[in-house]
Amino acid sequence: MSGMGDESRFGADERGFFGNFGGRFMPEALIAALDELDVAWRDAMADEAFVKSFDDILADYAGAPSKLYHAERLSAQHGARILLKREDLNHTGAHKIRNVLGQALLTKRMGKTRVIAETGAGQHGVASATAAAYFGLDCTVYMGAVDTRRQALNVARMQMLGAEVIAVESGSATLKDAINEALREWVASVDHTAYLFGTAAGPHPFPSMVRDFCRGIGDEAREQCLEQFGRLPDAVTACVGGGSNAIGLFTAFLEDEDVAIYGFEPGGDGVETGRHAATIFAGESGVLHGARTFVLQDQDGQTVESHSISAGLDYPGVGPQHSHLAQVGRARYLPVTDAEAMDAMALLARTEGIIPAIESAHALAGTLKLIPDLVAQHGPEATVIVNLSGRGDKDMGTAIEWFGLGRSDDETGDPR
Amino acid sequence: MSVNSTAHAFATARSEDRAALVGYLPAGFPDVQGSIDAMRTMVSAGCDVIEIGLPYSDPVMDGPTIQAAAQQALEQKTRTTDVLRVVEAVAATGTPTVVMTYWNPVERYGVERFATDLASAGGAGLITPDITPDSGAEWIAAADDRDLDKIFLVAPSSTDERIAMTTANCRGFVYATAVMGVTGTRSTTSDLAGPLVARTKATTDLPVGVGLGVSNGAQAREIAQFADGVIVGSAFVRVLQEHSADRAAGLRALGALTEDLARGVRR
Ligand SMILES: Cc1ncc(COP(=O)(O)O)c(C=O)c1O
Repeated sequence: MSGMGDESRFGADERGFFGNFGGRFMPEALIAALDELDVAWRDAMADEAFVKSFDDILADYAGAPSKLYHAERLSAQHGARILLKREDLNHTGAHKIRNVLGQALLTKRMGKTRVIAETGAGQHGVASATAAAYFGLDCTVYMGAVDTRRQALNVARMQMLGAEVIAVESGSATLKDAINEALREWVASVDHTAYLFGTAAGPHPFPSMVRDFCRGIGDEAREQCLEQFGRLPDAVTACVGGGSNAIGLFTAFLEDEDVAIYGFEPGGDGVETGRHAATIFAGESGVLHGARTFVLQDQDGQTVESHSISAGLDYPGVGPQHSHLAQVGRARYLPVTDAEAMDAMALLARTEGIIPAIESAHALAGTLKLIPDLVAQHGPEATVIVNLSGRGDKDMGTAIEWFGLGRSDDETGDPR
Repeated sequence: MSVNSTAHAFATARSEDRAALVGYLPAGFPDVQGSIDAMRTMVSAGCDVIEIGLPYSDPVMDGPTIQAAAQQALEQKTRTTDVLRVVEAVAATGTPTVVMTYWNPVERYGVERFATDLASAGGAGLITPDITPDSGAEWIAAADDRDLDKIFLVAPSSTDERIAMTTANCRGFVYATAVMGVTGTRSTTSDLAGPLVARTKATTDLPVGVGLGVSNGAQAREIAQFADGVIVGSAFVRVLQEHSADRAAGLRALGALTEDLARGVRR
């Protein structure tokens, strides 16, 4: 990996603040553990041996660097050069493997023997169970009860990998409640257990640490783009749930002022309906899960339930660095509806033979809407890198329902 | 020190050679009026300080019992203004009344505005489980301007340096979390509590209350041997949950539990 850390004006200060956002709003019982993690992470990042073994594992086990693929048919259709960063080809099928391998390697280095994790769709849970198996660590995954029902296949995958899965019934029984429960469990087991946080959110040092483990996405893509096309892209785009794949791509381009940066948030049924998870676009500053950031909340500061067809984006908070990048204007965050994302999912499948995760389909849908502007600005050579954060296998259940798939065509006619 | 401050209640208990009994319930549970009635019952049966929980959607320090109660309060649409109404009704008894709240509702209400309205409702201060003094500058300033109690938590995992930093920023009392874990009753008291109280007392003259897990008079008595206050929450909530069909019976049982605990703190 070409770089570590982010000492730029877009990074965090010593206390984990990105401008007004971030920090550590946490119970005292967890401060010692967060301090320990902070020291261990900084120490590891400064240790060439750690960085090298992380790079080696990513290359030998996870399949990094992922390809930067020129989607030519899609590009021809839309009149701009569309490059897909193929994180869907990674082991376990998403960018998430980078983060968990980094955190699990750090767990080993800290001498802890057990990891816990929260998961929404189950992607981070599967990745955590995978990393735990790889490193020989015990693993418990907390998952909202609503999600264990929506994503039974991923529950089975985690169990297959040797992890224990605990269904969380409290609150809205989704991702945010799984995080609450994992934090509660962490308080009680902190001496031998590491919390593998699934995204670039939460209390310091998680947002910065998760970014460090994911930033290979952007470092690779930047180098690949220069090598393959002799130039930087005009824009880079990603979907934003908690923000790990997005910050992983964006970090390498933050200082490239001519590269526009776009994050696409889950617009659900449409932001105007109130049923969405477009946290930066439509939320307000608050404190959730240990960080000051944009939050979907009511007048009293109670967290509002989010809605998205994509379980991996269905989170009412967002990583604090994204809130900062939005506030200072370095990146723009726009909503993409369920319907737009599902259209993009089908389009990519039929145009390129790639079935993306619904999360990643948000990034593609948003990008396609941008292209007329990009072309107006940069001409037909306009180049955009889309983070294809994951593959769509896990989402076929949703696709079956949405498109009415799964019965033979002589029975149903063409589903579309 | 004003008679409404928690320090006053702790001083009174000390003068009677006993620990103070601090009782917690969430506002709005089982509903707003029901929570007022319950807390008044706790006052007349012997609580020295009342701790009113502000129900929050993401209570990371609470176990299942208090989570369920807070959720019920939220489902009844308990608002921050309702919580302040409960504070006013309970503080009117003359018993020092503090609010235990996660941070975001305060930030959303406006820190200055919250401090002002809390003070005018007769509230003594705040217990803040998810902010530490090093992240709580705004609240510290607002509380200092109005002489409100700032009750921060110390934990078994806290370093001595952090305990000293925390107690230096407390007013009223210091909240020692006796276990590494969330709220909820436990059958045995924790052996982490004694050493934590000793380490805390080495840094401050403020009274130290111990909470998390206490459910009966015998446990209260054990803790009263070394702590200035015994903090009880989940056990009260559970009594009300067990009598949800008959409020009068619930209040009677609540009174009986309070009396048992009050005997316990008399060592
Ligand atoms: C494929 C994929 N992309 C994106 C996300 C969203 O997470 P983040 O915003 O942290 O990248 C997820 C979460 O499960 C995911 O599985």
